[in-house]
Amino acid sequence: MDKVVYLDNNATTMVAPEVLEAMTPYLSTLYGNPSSMHTFGGQVGKAIDTAREQVASLLGCEPSEIVFTSCGTESDSTAILSSLRARPEKRHVVTSRVEHPAIKTLCENLGAMTAASYRVTMLKVSETGLIDFAQYLEALSEDTAVASIMWANNETGNIYPVPEMARAARERGILFHTDAVQAVGKIPISLKDLDIDFLSMSGHKLHAPKGVGILYVKRGTPFAPFLTGGHQEHGRRAGTENVASIVGLGKACELAEQKMDEENTRVKALRDKLETGLLSSIPRSMLNGAKDQRLPNTANISFEYVEGEAILLHMNRFNICASSGSACTSGSLEPSHVLRAMGVPFTAAHGSIRFSLSVYNTEEEIDFVLEKMPPIIAELREMSPFWPGA
Amino acid sequence: MWLYTDTVTEHFQNPRNVGEIENADGIGDVGSLACGDALKLTLKIEEDRIVDAKFKTFGCASAIASSSALTEMIIGMEVAEAEKVTNEDIADFLGGLPKEKMHCSVMGREALEAAIADYRGMTLPSAEGEVVCECFGVTDIEIKRAIKESNLRSVEEITNFTKAGGGCGKCEDKLVELLRQSVSEGLKIVSPEVKPKRMTALQKIKRIEEVLDREVRPGLKMDGGDIELIDVDGDLVIVSMRGQCTSCAKSETTIKELVEKKLREQVLETLIVEEEK
Repeated sequence: MDKVVYLDNNATTMVAPEVLEAMTPYLSTLYGNPSSMHTFGGQVGKAIDTAREQVASLLGCEPSEIVFTSCGTESDSTAILSSLRARPEKRHVVTSRVEHPAIKTLCENLGAMTAASYRVTMLKVSETGLIDFAQYLEALSEDTAVASIMWANNETGNIYPVPEMARAARERGILFHTDAVQAVGKIPISLKDLDIDFLSMSGHKLHAPKGVGILYVKRGTPFAPFLTGGHQEHGRRAGTENVASIVGLGKACELAEQKMDEENTRVKALRDKLETGLLSSIPRSMLNGAKDQRLPNTANISFEYVEGEAILLHMNRFNICASSGSACTSGSLEPSHVLRAMGVPFTAAHGSIRFSLSVYNTEEEIDFVLEKMPPIIAELREMSPFWPGA
Repeated sequence: MWLYTDTVTEHFQNPRNVGEIENADGIGDVGSLACGDALKLTLKIEEDRIVDAKFKTFGCASAIASSSALTEMIIGMEVAEAEKVTNEDIADFLGGLPKEKMHCSVMGREALEAAIADYRGMTLPSAEGEVVCECFGVTDIEIKRAIKESNLRSVEEITNFTKAGGGCGKCEDKLVELLRQSVSEGLKIVSPEVKPKRMTALQKIKRIEEVLDREVRPGLKMDGGDIELIDVDGDLVIVSMRGQCTSCAKSETTIKELVEKKLREQVLETLIVEEEK
């Protein structure tokens, strides 16, 4: 197969052709500044309004609750730091051990970011990567300013009970943020009836370009901007708008809404076929994550006694793209913090491969991967000093 | 994505001399699963000449390529000649390695040294040095040698070549001192950036695994059981019992009394051992 088989959609996605088409005018003829008084700029402002409505429709919220940002990380930082400023007397944050680095690293460095001292509870997860709800409730205290739990995990695809967690936080007067970068567009979300104060999402995970994200801020939630300056985004995020990308993100949200069923039926079936096929044809392989509480597109599988980078580079010879939680792929010397939090043994953590699909994948591609993977794993195991044999 | 040379890619895709020589004259077994790479090198030696070499490697592309290159280089060499092969020679053979991957070539040299020492029935000098980096078990002798041989100028470079300092970073002061000691040999020293002192799981894991291997497993295995280290979270050590121990009613007592006691004595006073549920 000459064509790239792209199964790394939790890393980033292809820009949808319709999205690119919607963006193009704003990179050429329609270059006006949306803040301008003249019609030439004003029409660009209208395009941003439309995008805001498209995003709000996908999230089931009001357009006025949407703030466009540069990426998921900016949205995460904005939400957490804004929450801490809104609750200056509180000195405790609740999050989990499996958050994306955008939250994890931020929470580990709150002292440096705020010049105040914070206590951070990082909730443990089970061996399937789930959070015990009782443990979560126990962590919420009088001193808690904000709880931040991801909606879905980027490595395992695990979905967390964010609506229930947000309600518990609200009942205790605690602000609630969720990093929904992996969840938006893959599972239905309707924010209007939920107690979520902040939600982060990113454009490039759902077929919009890189460099654009949004922060949902529930109406009535206290908010302090991260970037100050001009009055853009109603003073909630200064800086001239990334117009073309915002328009693209709006279009991508519209498409995601249309394809939500397909994602949860056809894509899910392809993922299941891939997962079942690999687990049955390759001995000593195992699923990482909670089988019945996952995104429809993600499969994280460990192949024991082999190393992830070596697997990926052999897959690369067949133009198959995926990711690994091994230490070697990151340049650090330790494997994925998510798999380690789940207690995945070292025999398996170094050999984990994440396959993440999209609506653009076909059954032919899955069959191709199912054909190529077993010999790759077998060959690497042949040369592994730890391989005890099947 | 790493930028590998064509030679690295070629050796990774078509590794030479994969396997294990039966009744080998020298065996070098270095690295571990926890560390993420390991190499077992076996040599056939006749009249002090390496007539065959085979390897088994667990690790990334550059670890596999370094192992393959090493066997190609040493087959046909006299032992005395092979002894002079450095990690730089292995990296050069491959047309260079990304700097973060230089430790793969060092692993090759270490396995070769270990195999030759085994052939001669000797103990490696590096094993007698003082362990500086406890996360990856690197001794001062190994570090000094890498500084000298590869002309290392910073702590970061030491980490790239030997892995020392790549875990918790606690040995950084000692690494700086080892670099200083090399000043007399005319090396320039670049002060490392001050990193926050933190203790990663990896340092503890290495020590814990050693204690389990030495003090716990032999006893359990006599009873048909085994113990596996699942995770280390701060001071909490999660283990899982295997084999006969799984059904043994005494396993909780075993863990508390034996494992925890040993680990507290030999690794860290504050460790708490729990069995995975």
